[in-house]
Amino acid sequence: MAIISVRDLVVEYDGRRVLDGLNLEIQQGETMVLLGGSGSGKSTLLRQIIGLERPKSGSVHVKGIDITRCSRAELKTIHNSIGVSFQSAALFNSLSVEDNVALTLREHTQLAPSIIELMVWMKLALVGLADFGKLRPQELSGGMKKRAAVARALALSPEILVLDEPSAGLDPIVAAELDELILLLKEAFQMTVVVVTHEMPSAFRIADRIAMLYKGAFRCIGTKEEIRASKDVHVRHFLDRIPENLTEAPATTAYFEKYLQSPEAN
Amino acid sequence: MATVLEGVGQRTLSELDYVGSLNIQLWATLRAMLKSLPFIGNRHRWQAAVRQMMEIGVEALPMVSLMAICSGFILAMQGASELRRFGALHYVIELVAVGFTRELGPLLTAIAVSGRSGSAFAAEIGTMKVTEELDSLRVMALEPVEFILAPKYLAALVSVPCLSIASNVCGIFAGGLFMFFSTHLAPSLYIRSVLTSIELRDVITGLIKSVAFATIIAHVGCLEGFRVRGGPDSVGRSTTSAVVKSTFLVIVADAVFTAIFYFTVKS
Repeated sequence: MAIISVRDLVVEYDGRRVLDGLNLEIQQGETMVLLGGSGSGKSTLLRQIIGLERPKSGSVHVKGIDITRCSRAELKTIHNSIGVSFQSAALFNSLSVEDNVALTLREHTQLAPSIIELMVWMKLALVGLADFGKLRPQELSGGMKKRAAVARALALSPEILVLDEPSAGLDPIVAAELDELILLLKEAFQMTVVVVTHEMPSAFRIADRIAMLYKGAFRCIGTKEEIRASKDVHVRHFLDRIPENLTEAPATTAYFEKYLQSPEAN
Repeated sequence: MATVLEGVGQRTLSELDYVGSLNIQLWATLRAMLKSLPFIGNRHRWQAAVRQMMEIGVEALPMVSLMAICSGFILAMQGASELRRFGALHYVIELVAVGFTRELGPLLTAIAVSGRSGSAFAAEIGTMKVTEELDSLRVMALEPVEFILAPKYLAALVSVPCLSIASNVCGIFAGGLFMFFSTHLAPSLYIRSVLTSIELRDVITGLIKSVAFATIIAHVGCLEGFRVRGGPDSVGRSTTSAVVKSTFLVIVADAVFTAIFYFTVKS
């Protein structure tokens, strides 16, 4: 049975359709990468999967519970089994890195402070930040912030790890280090990992399956090989880095030609 | 004409929406506030509330005191210049004592706290919204109302009345200094006159007002933060809006409370 199941999901903002009848099944222990260009709706889909927004229609089942219609208590239970690392890392600037990681442990468990301290150290060590726990988030580099956010997401040892653009804005080496970390976490904890990205090397390195979004709809869902072999024009444009707005070039040329012939330009 | 009416209608709906949001937020906070109380609530929330009390109350004390001393002097001097003509200079004591206890103490405090802490609430929560920290709290199964707003509101409920009392004392002290230097009135006599002119009712009405003002400042500041949309520029707008709206609402609430006390509590 799928651990995450998206069915006929429709999301609209002010009457503008952002996600158009999406269907997706993510199996337990699988790494699913949501790939797509800017504005394709991948972050919106992610916000639906983690229950931050409600859709216009359709459903999102996580561990068998429809989080678009469930009670607040049920959503809380689901949230305790999902660890999320946001695009901006979203660490609490008023807390140190270790307090950021310790927050959910202090709030949702009855563990003794010494045990929490040990667990925080372990999570930070896992992402290579064991010596940086006392620092504030603003004292960390971009890559370290992302790793700290992953450590915080792992605090309650969730079944599902959700990462929004983990390598965005990072240099290729740090991005590759994060990819290795994701693979390591998956191997060590058998987690289900959902990653939103538009970085293709990263997607092809970590994914078991890839779902390619284009203008709010899936163009292709499949394994890395299936995606590479896809004949879909939008998938090909994305993979082969072909700018799609080149199709608008004739219209732009026509506009300028018209302008140059007008009395205003002369 | 239709456009004007449409504009008025839209504005009215938007203001009603704002008042409705404030009400919903207030009730949600009152429910969540139990967890911020000492002994029966969550230890971390109570610690957060104490930190907020230090920021809203203790750190604002010098500024509020100085404002109250200046206002006490102004009130005494303005009152004295008129009352002296009627040979009623001793009424300055009553003017300062009653004026501060019922009105100026809570109002000055509210204006100072609105500028200091109301804007800080809006900026803090607005920034958290822009940087996805609020979303982060929600996915960690922590309710922002309980985690952020309730400790702030509890702290404001404790700090603002305390600051109002401090403001009353400073204002009355300034009145005493004026009387000492202008009429050589003995401090002991001044204190006795002050105590005779103030009634318990005056103190209670002042405290009721300051509790209402604390509610307005905390909730308007936080709501403005939660309503931030877009980028960092909207945080600046929400901060300004928090100060303007909370100061305006504090003065409206003051007028309403004063009218209620005037018409219902007869001396």
